Amino acid sequence: MSLIDRWLGRSMEKQSAAVAHERLQIILTHERNGRTGTPDYLPALQKELLAVISKYVAVSAENIKVQLERQDQLEVLEVNIVLPDSRG
Amino acid sequence: MAKIIVVTSGKGGVGKTTTSANFATGLALQGHRTVVIDFDVGLRNLDLIMGCERRVVYDFINVINKEAKLNQALIKDKHCDNLFVLPASQTRDKEALTREGVGEVLAELAEEFEYIVCDSPAGIESGALMALYYADEALVVTNPEVSSVRDSDRILGILASKSRRAERNEEPIKEHLLITRYAPARVDKGEMLSVENICDILCIPLIGVVPESQAVLLASNEGVPVIHKADTDVAQAYQDVVSRFMGDELPMRFLDAPPKPGLLKRLFGG
Ligand SMILES: Nc1ncnc2c1ncn2[C@@H]1O[C@H](COP(=O)(O)OP(=O)(O)OP(=O)(O)O)[C@@H](O)[C@H]1O
Ligand SMILES: [Mg+2]
Repeated sequence: MSLIDRWLGRSMEKQSAAVAHERLQIILTHERNGRTGTPDYLPALQKELLAVISKYVAVSAENIKVQLERQDQLEVLEVNIVLPDSRG
Repeated sequence: MAKIIVVTSGKGGVGKTTTSANFATGLALQGHRTVVIDFDVGLRNLDLIMGCERRVVYDFINVINKEAKLNQALIKDKHCDNLFVLPASQTRDKEALTREGVGEVLAELAEEFEYIVCDSPAGIESGALMALYYADEALVVTNPEVSSVRDSDRILGILASKSRRAERNEEPIKEHLLITRYAPARVDKGEMLSVENICDILCIPLIGVVPESQAVLLASNEGVPVIHKADTDVAQAYQDVVSRFMGDELPMRFLDAPPKPGLLKRLFGG
């Protein structure tokens, strides 16, 4: 093996552990987010919202979507209510 | 107050039993009354590593089921006066470990021992959960390899959420990272995750690095924990782990590959 090859070989292998490190960082960030999990009050919240809104508008459960999103330090609770087509 | 230490990892075969045997022996060699418990019900191995397999009469499950008294099941170590082994059952399954039963046995042991070391089975099922439930501290055994690191991360999540301390909102289990089967030469070549890589990902304090060594296999053949082979690097690494656990500040050793023999030595032998 020439000096150059050896140098190249080494630098190629260097990448191997570096690739492992990077893949772990990405997957674990993802899994840690999942671990904190969706809080278990979400289904109940959705049900109560449905009850309240139904007093005023005819909506069904599938038209109310409640979800929590995490972006770094920020948590966003997103409530999406699709009202029935008033013309229908 | 007795301290309960769980040796855990998620992934199998990374060195939990080896670590439990050597850590417990190391504590005993420093003069502490120590008991090491095999939680790997159905796959007991700690007895072999400790070299007491022929003296097992009763086991952990017998004690839980009150078929035997604790002192009938405890086996005194051959080499250290203040070390005892509580073997796992070979014939039962992990469901035989009940939370109440384990709690009672640990409470009884706590009256007599300073340190209770729990050798966890692999996985994240009932046996592993039982081994960590009552823990005060945890040695998280990790190999420099992607799946082991990921599983350790998973176990850290479980330590923080499924232990008694977590359930009671007490101070969390104190976590220690123990990297084992470390091969510095492969790290130098960039083939293996380095200590820095692993620490950077798992973010818990490092208590030691145990090198990959043939001495571990040889010691297991004999049934003598490798920490007794005082001239080996693994033994010294495990001694350091115990000393750091007791509060000593020691620099990490065995992180560098031994220097390659010079050209002349390679040509002419030496
Ligand atoms: N530092 C080391 N160097 C070389 N071999 C080692 C080292 N530590 C452990 N081993 C070997 O690795 C294998 C697994 O070790 P051990 O039984 O301690 O792992 P474990 O985590 O308890 O496994 P399990 O999950 O099955 O309980 C054994 O063959 C052991 O000899
Ligand atoms: Mg084991």
